Amino acid sequence: MDFNEIKQLLIDKFGNEVIVAEQADGLQPSLTIKKEMIADVCRELRDNELTYFDFLSCLSGVDYGLELKKMGVVYHLSSIPYKKQLTLKVECDFDRESNDLPSFPTVSEVWRTADWHEREAYDLFGINFEGHPDLRRILLPDDWEGYPLRKDYKTAAEYKGIKIDY
Amino acid sequence: MILNMGPQHPSTHGVLRLELITDGEIIVEVIPHLGYLHRCFEKHCESLTYPQIIPYTDRMDYLASMNNNHGFVMGVERMLGIDKDIPKRVEYIRVLVCELNRIASHLIAIGTYGIDIGAFTPFMWCFRDREHIMNLLEWASGARMLYNYIWVGGLFYDLPVGFEDRCKEFINYFKPKMGELNGLLTHNQIFIDRTANVGVLPLDVAINYGVSGPMLRASGLKYDLRRIDEYSAYPEIEFDIPVGKGEMGTVGDCWDRYKVRVDEIEQSVKIVEQCLERLTKELKRDKEFDPRAKLPRKCTPKAQDFYVRAENPKGELGFYFIADGKREIPFRVKSRGPSFNNLSVVNEISKGCMIADLIAILGSMDFVLGEVDR
Repeated sequence: MDFNEIKQLLIDKFGNEVIVAEQADGLQPSLTIKKEMIADVCRELRDNELTYFDFLSCLSGVDYGLELKKMGVVYHLSSIPYKKQLTLKVECDFDRESNDLPSFPTVSEVWRTADWHEREAYDLFGINFEGHPDLRRILLPDDWEGYPLRKDYKTAAEYKGIKIDY
Repeated sequence: MILNMGPQHPSTHGVLRLELITDGEIIVEVIPHLGYLHRCFEKHCESLTYPQIIPYTDRMDYLASMNNNHGFVMGVERMLGIDKDIPKRVEYIRVLVCELNRIASHLIAIGTYGIDIGAFTPFMWCFRDREHIMNLLEWASGARMLYNYIWVGGLFYDLPVGFEDRCKEFINYFKPKMGELNGLLTHNQIFIDRTANVGVLPLDVAINYGVSGPMLRASGLKYDLRRIDEYSAYPEIEFDIPVGKGEMGTVGDCWDRYKVRVDEIEQSVKIVEQCLERLTKELKRDKEFDPRAKLPRKCTPKAQDFYVRAENPKGELGFYFIADGKREIPFRVKSRGPSFNNLSVVNEISKGCMIADLIAILGSMDFVLGEVDR
């Protein structure tokens, strides 16, 4: 199935509103999915015999910068039997002043590998994944303050009273 | 009982702490704690230009720096749209050094696996043979482990004069050595007892956990990105993809993972021979050839995002780039390390094992912490 057929398949299954935006030009076309539906879309793409995206290559959190006020997650799926790749994206508005974390449904039920990837995105971007079984920091200590890969992160000067010397 | 294994245990390969919840000698749960080595690779990338990042990729999987360089450089070249202009000789040199590095990486995996199980001689033998590869690569690049040799649009230097002959000599020396190693380790009854039927990783679990590389192939799937994506010069080269067959026990056990690596060394030797054949015949070195001729003046890809993947010795290495089209600095680089994903399955396959078996399982995974933490 090529990109447009996959798009049609999703529209047939979930209705028109499932695809918020698409990017068809460029090296790798991508679909931006309505964020509430991402887990269902992923499950459908995994289980459908025509697509069979059984392998989640990569899941990355993205901070789209200070001007855009957006946070997102990018999923790179690959289908082992069909030798195909697909990029899905979800985005949400994010106000840096507020204390709420941007939140997306977890896909760790669909692919277990998303478990650690989502923990990493939570650790470094402060993205919350609803329904994740064990959302803890993975690379940094539990009591670390701030989310280092955000664009507005100020480098920590000390940790537990110990000066960090660069 | 809760037991801490590592960070200094030899099988935890440096800086990994495992929290074991045990019932007597049986493992109930393994909780890995990572992050001791966090070098902020991704944050660094947001303040460096694309070519400046190449030395940082060396340090991700420091046992296979060439392969990391290759994966990263391929991604940048695809984004710049110059991947079709790379001269054939450069592509073949890239494949040659990558496969040499793959052999070196697998030799370490096998040698240290011997140590984990309790055999010392294979370790010495593997390191002796690896030393020759290190010398070859040092001669080509000038550095011992962190080569930074493959560059966007070409190579840092051409191969030194006489490299091909020296490499051929090495291959001739190396071939019988693998037979000796097989006699010592592969068919050793003690080794088989420790590894066969231990830590069995079924194929569906492997795919679900995003396991790739020799670990996935040991579970019985013929899946190699060198063949799937057909990058660089690989489509023109003949080689097989070894898979786990369950010769000594179940498909996907520790012995299978070990054996897949041994078989892969054999295939890599084949690839190296074919590369040398081409490099000494039709793609000969000449005075006009400049490996850096295609180097772009400015690496500024247009605004786009791109995910590139390559087959590393440990599995699928991926880089996800976002370029904003204005600056020479990437907006975001995310790296998907194969070791990170391979390690996540450890809890699943070691439940119900003995503590001593966990060492065998960890060793058979062959992860490098530089990549797990980044």
